[in-house]
Amino acid sequence: MVISTEGLSFNFGNQQVVKSLSLQVPEGSIYGFLGPNGAGKTTTIKLLLNLLKTDQGSIHIFDQDLRNNRIPILSQIGSLIEQPAIYLHLSGRENLVNRALLLQVPEKRVDEMLELVHLKEAAHKKAGKYSLGMKQRLGIALALLADPKLLILDEPTNGLDPNGIIEVRELLIRLVTQHKKTVFISSHLLAEVERMATHVGIIHKGEMLFQGSIKDLEAISQPQIQVELNDTVDAANFLKKHGLTVTDVNDECVSVPFASKTQMGEINTLLNKNDYTVYSIRKVNKDLEKLFLDITQNA
Amino acid sequence: MKGFLLSFRSEFYKTRKTMGFWSAVLLPLLICALLFIGFFNKSEHLANIPGFMAWLQFAGAILAVMGSLLLPMLIVFIAYSVNNIEHKSETWKSLFSLPIAKWSIYSAKYFYALFLVFLCLALFVLFTLGFGNFLSMLKPEVKFNEYHIEKLLVQIYFKLFLASLGILSIQFLLSLLFRDFLKPMGIGFVATIAGVIFANMNWQYAYLYPYSHPMLTIKGLLNSRTNNGPAMPQITVDIFTKDILVSLAVAVVVFVLGYFIVLKKSVK
Repeated sequence: MVISTEGLSFNFGNQQVVKSLSLQVPEGSIYGFLGPNGAGKTTTIKLLLNLLKTDQGSIHIFDQDLRNNRIPILSQIGSLIEQPAIYLHLSGRENLVNRALLLQVPEKRVDEMLELVHLKEAAHKKAGKYSLGMKQRLGIALALLADPKLLILDEPTNGLDPNGIIEVRELLIRLVTQHKKTVFISSHLLAEVERMATHVGIIHKGEMLFQGSIKDLEAISQPQIQVELNDTVDAANFLKKHGLTVTDVNDECVSVPFASKTQMGEINTLLNKNDYTVYSIRKVNKDLEKLFLDITQNA
Repeated sequence: MKGFLLSFRSEFYKTRKTMGFWSAVLLPLLICALLFIGFFNKSEHLANIPGFMAWLQFAGAILAVMGSLLLPMLIVFIAYSVNNIEHKSETWKSLFSLPIAKWSIYSAKYFYALFLVFLCLALFVLFTLGFGNFLSMLKPEVKFNEYHIEKLLVQIYFKLFLASLGILSIQFLLSLLFRDFLKPMGIGFVATIAGVIFANMNWQYAYLYPYSHPMLTIKGLLNSRTNNGPAMPQITVDIFTKDILVSLAVAVVVFVLGYFIVLKKSVK
């Protein structure tokens, strides 16, 4: 495990914002840390970076205890927390040069990073004049500058346009698949990380509600059989009479929980034999977005 | 140590294009240049008086305001500007998540502020001497060249530097804790006025109050001016007086205390 926490808790005054969190982030994963705004995501990230002092529990990163190995651990992490921390009176390039100076990274790396995040043209423009998306990309360049093994990104696609989001997503996938990095990325939108995450943790009101691989998450969403036919309401009643559970009926189709492919064929035959015209029949997974809402709202 | 040096270099890199840095250079240049212009136009005041007396008038014009307002306000501003650069850009969190000891980052920032105060005072010495000698080149009747005030001036400004350290530590901590300019500025301003009053009314405990130290330093110069003859005053600078010792003690205590406050404080 690259990140592993046990019983991690944190209070702001009387309010407990992180409750006994046990994060397990495997090496080489893109871990999507999901939760609505105010769920405790940023606080957790600040704890992981030792910006906040851990009240209870332990944090191990690269199998080392964070409290006693702060500097060796931080030297392998690149991070971006909330709005990117950028000196607005310096140019984009100067921001990177300053960081390179602190981290003792050769200046050549600065230009590579500018190229990577497509800021070469705007390198000498003051960062204060950057658009939100450019600032975000500069923030990502700063996080990547020292070629860290672990990237911790807090809402990195905030303020990016759809193209920017796709670019960041592709960049992160490339980093993990080609450069063997591990990415820990927080977001309040499942759709945003769904397409790249290998693992997911869902946090709500400081508590972890779900943690596992994206496949596990898909598995707990029960697949449905969706039948598109001519008279949906009648067909729904007919299916109920035959002992089937109908989960949804609308003008277009009827939904029934999926059990097996054989059963799916049987339903098709049954409907056809009783003069219903079946236009289509297919297995669908529950929308992850909907699942995410279910998980966070039922808690 | 490496972390400290890297952070110190970074502080320079970050501020080299800001008013925080340039004010330390431009302020002495501007004030000395104004003084030069003033005395150039009114050079008859300085004409044909002994070199030492002419220097006292020339350098004294700056020193008089230095103790009361200029130095404390300069410190307030410098302490504010080195911290504000992080407040304004929300960069504390990225600074403290770098693989550099928090102690190095904190102390490099403090010593950079200290360096700016030192630089500013050193330039005051340099420009006072430079413009003074330039004036006597242009106006031979002004006899600056007859007396070498260098050593005395260096001593006075060095003592002022030491006298400013207590204030610097306090203002540095205030600027670190408060984001806005008004709090450290307001506190610093009121504290400075109080300090000048305490020093001027010869309050016996004024030496314990950091904001009185620059004024006490200047007043100390006047007191040591004993009239030996009818015309020639004498100035001796006793550097390590008790007010300076208090200033140094306050500086060290507040500096260390500030570090523990920074450690405890959660980074926004």
